[in-house]
Amino acid sequence: MNTSDTKLVVEPIVDNNPITLQILGICSALAVTTKLAPAITMSIALTAVIVGASVIISLIRRHMPSSIRIIIQMTIIASLVIVVDQVLRAFAYELSKQLSVFVGLIITNCIVLGRAEAFASKNPPWPSFLDALGHGLGYSLILVTVAAVRELLGSGRLLGVPVLPLVEDGGWYMPNGLMLLAPGAFFIIGLMIWAIRTWRPQQIERPEYRIHIVHRTEPG
Amino acid sequence: MSLGLLERFGAVLALPDEDPRKTLAVALVLCLACSVLVSATAVSLRPMQEHNAARELKREVVKVAGLDDTDIGLEQAFARIETRLVDLDTGEILDNADPSVYAYREAARDPARSRALDEDPAGIRRRPDRMPVYLVRDAGEISTIILPVYGQGLWSTMHGLLALAPDGRTAKALSFYEQRETAGLGSEVASPKWLRQWPGKTLIGPQGEPVIEVAKGRVDPSAPGADRRVDGLSGATLTGKGVESLMAFWLGEQGYGPFLARLDGLQ
Repeated sequence: MNTSDTKLVVEPIVDNNPITLQILGICSALAVTTKLAPAITMSIALTAVIVGASVIISLIRRHMPSSIRIIIQMTIIASLVIVVDQVLRAFAYELSKQLSVFVGLIITNCIVLGRAEAFASKNPPWPSFLDALGHGLGYSLILVTVAAVRELLGSGRLLGVPVLPLVEDGGWYMPNGLMLLAPGAFFIIGLMIWAIRTWRPQQIERPEYRIHIVHRTEPG
Repeated sequence: MSLGLLERFGAVLALPDEDPRKTLAVALVLCLACSVLVSATAVSLRPMQEHNAARELKREVVKVAGLDDTDIGLEQAFARIETRLVDLDTGEILDNADPSVYAYREAARDPARSRALDEDPAGIRRRPDRMPVYLVRDAGEISTIILPVYGQGLWSTMHGLLALAPDGRTAKALSFYEQRETAGLGSEVASPKWLRQWPGKTLIGPQGEPVIEVAKGRVDPSAPGADRRVDGLSGATLTGKGVESLMAFWLGEQGYGPFLARLDGLQ
């Protein structure tokens, strides 16, 4: 891999992260991160779908009539999501029950369609593969981090293994129930965005709107 | 012949992208390819999925029977439970039928083994002629009767297991192991918190009629008839109504009513 290839994979992990910079895929990042195991499964599922979809779309990019290109991309993504869902039900039944509708909702995940439309439909398969892999990994990194914090603070466990001894089992840790609710994920993602933008100030967006102070002439 | 077809296909691909013939051809080929992919996956993985579902059902039966906190494994716990098939019209237990290979969901689709319902509160359209029941015995006496029940909620068919005390009127436990109701609202129907209020409720009145109701809001435990009412699910009135209707159906004349009426002679 040369440097531009490496850049394609590495850039979406921190510098152009789909969740913390592009603020996409928040719905599933809130929903499946109460425990680490479903978050890891969801990360693998999304990465598989985004990589598969990007490579296929990139392969047929010269034969996509522009009038139906979005629907072609959606059809390919939806088919891959069904395949992933069926595989999960066959090999990881318990996890697929915990993820319930969220695997199906990968279809509507803006990250997948976004990469298909913005990158894969204009680039050859290898760069598209790397770009999709990078975005999948960027999404996975945030999901796994959020889930690790939520499971640790919310139930004192990691991957179901007790780490912090709970008060109810005679230990000292009182679990923080907020972490198991959606607002817990909001706070963690918010803090992560703040931390990343402090570390990389170039990610700070310019304010879209400023209040201009003008002199009013008419009587108030 | 196939070579000619390929050449023609190549010629279509060579058309400009904006040509309507090419648009149609691309759409057609894409749909074919995607449908083959999806159906091949579904068909090839179905045996494993069915195996998982059967195991899941066993686990749920063992849980509802209250045998899941023992140290024995799932298969051993399930083997303690007696699985029987019941003819719903007569209420008789069928001794010559093998319940281990019977799937009521398949039977419900087969016109020879089910019948269409005129009166259909549970929204299931067809009812199988036979249903499995699970009997738990304690020193020879029946201690728990587990009935599979299902019915339409708001979005989905909810499949559950209802455990009854030996009197056939009082609930011992309830679980819903398959449902796709609204996440966070209707899906609470499967939450331990909501299901915990079912044990001890009176489901069937003195004349054998189903009496259990899902209330709107909370049930005051001191009010008369509180033992026949469970709390509603806030934000999920229709899911709650679905549970009430499926109870009315499965505990009534068209459901397990005739079977439950014969319970005394079953011991």
